[in-house]
Amino acid sequence: MPLSWLVLFILAIGVVGFFLGRMRAFASAGGDSRNLHSLPIYYGSGVMFSAIIPALVFIAVVSIILPSYVGSRVSGMIPAEEIAEGSNINLVMAEVRRVAEGLENAVQGGFITDDMARNARADITDMTARLKEAGQIVTSTVTVNVLKAAQAYRAAAEAGNVFIWIGGIALALIGFGVSFLRTNKDFRARNFVERGILFLLIIAASVAILTTIGIVLSLIFNTVEFFRLYPFQDFFFGLTWSPSFSGRGQLSELGIIPLIWGTLYISLIALLVAVPIGLFAAIYLSEYASPRVRAIAKPALEVLAGIPTIVYGLFALLTIGPMLMQVFGQNGLGWMGGASSVMTAGLVMGIMLIPFVSSLSDDIINAVPQAMRDGSLGLGATRSETIKQVVLPAALPGIVGAIILAASRAIGETMIVVMGAGAAARLSLNPFEAMTTVTAKIVSQLTGDSDFASPEALVAFALGMTLFVITLGLNVLALHIVRKYREQYE
Amino acid sequence: MTDATAMPAETPKHRHASSLLEADARTKARNAAERRFQMYGIAAIAIGLVFLVILLGSIIRNGIPAFTQTYMTVQVELLADKLDKKGNRDPADLKKVSTFGYAPLIDNAIFAKVQSLGIETPFEKPKDMRALVSASAPAQLRDMVLANPDLIGTTIDFKVLNSSRVDGYMKGRVTRDSVARDKNIDAEHFDIVDAMVDQGSLARVFNLAFITGADASESRPEQAGIGVSMIGSFFMMLVVLGLSLPLGVAASIYLEEFAPKNRFTDLIEVNISNLAAVPSIVFGILGLAVFIQFMHLPQSAPLVGGLVLTLMTLPTIIISTRASLKAVPPSIRDAALGIGASKMQSVFHHVLPLAAPGILTGTIIGLAQALGETAPLLLIGMVGYIASNYPGGVAEGFLSPNSSMPAQIYEWSKRADPAYYERAWGGIVILLLFLMTMNIIAILLRRRFERRW
Repeated sequence: MPLSWLVLFILAIGVVGFFLGRMRAFASAGGDSRNLHSLPIYYGSGVMFSAIIPALVFIAVVSIILPSYVGSRVSGMIPAEEIAEGSNINLVMAEVRRVAEGLENAVQGGFITDDMARNARADITDMTARLKEAGQIVTSTVTVNVLKAAQAYRAAAEAGNVFIWIGGIALALIGFGVSFLRTNKDFRARNFVERGILFLLIIAASVAILTTIGIVLSLIFNTVEFFRLYPFQDFFFGLTWSPSFSGRGQLSELGIIPLIWGTLYISLIALLVAVPIGLFAAIYLSEYASPRVRAIAKPALEVLAGIPTIVYGLFALLTIGPMLMQVFGQNGLGWMGGASSVMTAGLVMGIMLIPFVSSLSDDIINAVPQAMRDGSLGLGATRSETIKQVVLPAALPGIVGAIILAASRAIGETMIVVMGAGAAARLSLNPFEAMTTVTAKIVSQLTGDSDFASPEALVAFALGMTLFVITLGLNVLALHIVRKYREQYE
Repeated sequence: MTDATAMPAETPKHRHASSLLEADARTKARNAAERRFQMYGIAAIAIGLVFLVILLGSIIRNGIPAFTQTYMTVQVELLADKLDKKGNRDPADLKKVSTFGYAPLIDNAIFAKVQSLGIETPFEKPKDMRALVSASAPAQLRDMVLANPDLIGTTIDFKVLNSSRVDGYMKGRVTRDSVARDKNIDAEHFDIVDAMVDQGSLARVFNLAFITGADASESRPEQAGIGVSMIGSFFMMLVVLGLSLPLGVAASIYLEEFAPKNRFTDLIEVNISNLAAVPSIVFGILGLAVFIQFMHLPQSAPLVGGLVLTLMTLPTIIISTRASLKAVPPSIRDAALGIGASKMQSVFHHVLPLAAPGILTGTIIGLAQALGETAPLLLIGMVGYIASNYPGGVAEGFLSPNSSMPAQIYEWSKRADPAYYERAWGGIVILLLFLMTMNIIAILLRRRFERRW
């Protein structure tokens, strides 16, 4: 039976507990709620929470851990020689899971009996024939060992399921029983319930930490795995990026430098577009613009920030690229070979970053105290002189922080470069040539084939790790600068 | 004093040269610099706005054509001896006739129409008419007949979906010159199209199928629609809303109202501000490694997409929720505590309801962000999948493979046929309409409920 039934069942126990707990509290107070320590609702919800929450936490944790636990136990059953050349244990295990699923579906459909599905001496040809008959997809790679592993997998999964059911119901009943017995008029039910709620709030707040841990672990494990297959000095210092699709890593050259170069080049162009425009827009909006102009221009610029990156990607691919081609392409200046280039992606990314730079700088310029401007204007400086010589130097650390944040955005941006920058990894200075970036290669290495064991796929995690470290470093740096700056005026 | 008397002759001489009414060269230069500086600012804003106009303009100009589609109306004779050889209208027998049985009927109908209209054409066989018709038109006719077997033996007015080349010709994307080397259609076919337009049996009509329909294979852009991936996005947003709102609100309440000032709290704060700046693709890697590799959740499922987007939007929602909790004045809390409420009661009974509009606004903006996000979805397998079927039920909606609107747009933009680009732009128009609606709702909510204390 599916887990949703179990959850419903436990919720039902909780609801029953709510009414029984309330009744018991009332009974112990002689039917008068004034004799109770807490409001009646707290007695009911105390019983309900202690029945539901431990059980649900148990179910969630076990059902997350169970598949990989079962998988690791079963994978020991596959002998090493079973793993064909060009394959690996993960692929075989995927096959095992498929067969186990097929067995389950075949039993459900009534094509084979449960005993047959469990029979350890089952005939492999007979079984595959029956499975095929049952409409389950079975490939020719199913061997005796795979079948046996699948049977073991199915049995273990079933045992795990029984474990979840028994454990879940037992925890619900224990929680129900203990807190029901504790319920009487002197029980401090409100304090109990509020402690429980506080615990839940803490759990929710910890999700942020868990996410970071998840990101770091998933990057580290796979990166270490990658460096086991591929020397790290070749990765960090290699000048060529040419993954082979057929080889087992020996033929691939996975040097990150061309990708980093493409990333930085595109980001540089994006910043060259975004920083002057964004900065001057921010200066004008905060120092010159009348309230009416500001009320129109600021939201209009910020519309650019609300547009999803896929739109910018399509804009780069289908509008800006062909436009640049007309000017710089074969019919124009002849500098450009194709519509996707560093320039295309950088220009569009710059447009995307304009509101980012302008609204951050706007906040920072507005935070410069008015007294400084007044002092400068009183000495006879023009407004532009005031801005250039007083306001901007005062705001400079914050503006640098904003530019660093924008750079980190540009480095981590994916869709625009996937669609606008091209796919060829190149070390070149010509901005009209197609280049590629770290993010674009993460996408291309991880989409499609789901074989996560080859260096060609695992390299994406190493790329992700590099990206994560770079952007994290830039963000920490930017926040540090901004925070230091804020202290000056507060 | 001595200084002033020492050189009295020099300064006045200089002063005499200029008057307050007449600007000297230096003042002129400074004023010019001032005007220049101001012009830079205006130019920067103008450039930004021009980019916005170009962007929106090209979206609308390229996207609007996707909302019309070319159909032609012909009289199709549903021959009983072709469609129902046994003559007993048995549904099982009717199903045995594949779309190959229906295609000639349409060809004949068009050919008859062309001859009856007296259009001069070099084509002599009905089969030559097939270039005008979408490959999915016979399937549509077949579905119609299977749904209503009584039609067999009659002649019906059937709206035939035209091929994407004809559609492109009607929209100006395809010209007679551009099809010179096209195997799929000849320039002479467009003579027929022109004549039929004049006669009124071929026209562009509103394309409801684009909004409600499913994705089609590479060769049939005229049939592709965004409906199924819209459903996929919808289920993803349900997951995001159902998880990130309670989690985000609970986390913000803890951090804003209860958290003691200690290492653990600092750690959470640092994590939240860093997660807000982590590139979205990294969340895709997280989803791939944790939800798919480790937990073995199904690939391409809206559930997984929703989980990844939840983790991504959580920082946004936490930041905006905390801001609106902070905006509730402490006097409210003090008053509640003063009449004997517990800390928890003061928060849940008084502070939270007052902060609710702000939380809702932040949540809608977070959802809008999640709706347009593409990069993490690419990694959990939401591309390369042709979303051709509507999910059968709620559970299937969460768990069976589907696409999402931005992933579908990306998928179309990768296909070779330029007719798909038009679909991609059209998809963006729909996506932006959704985002605009969400943002307008958020703004209205803020205007309606915002309270200045």
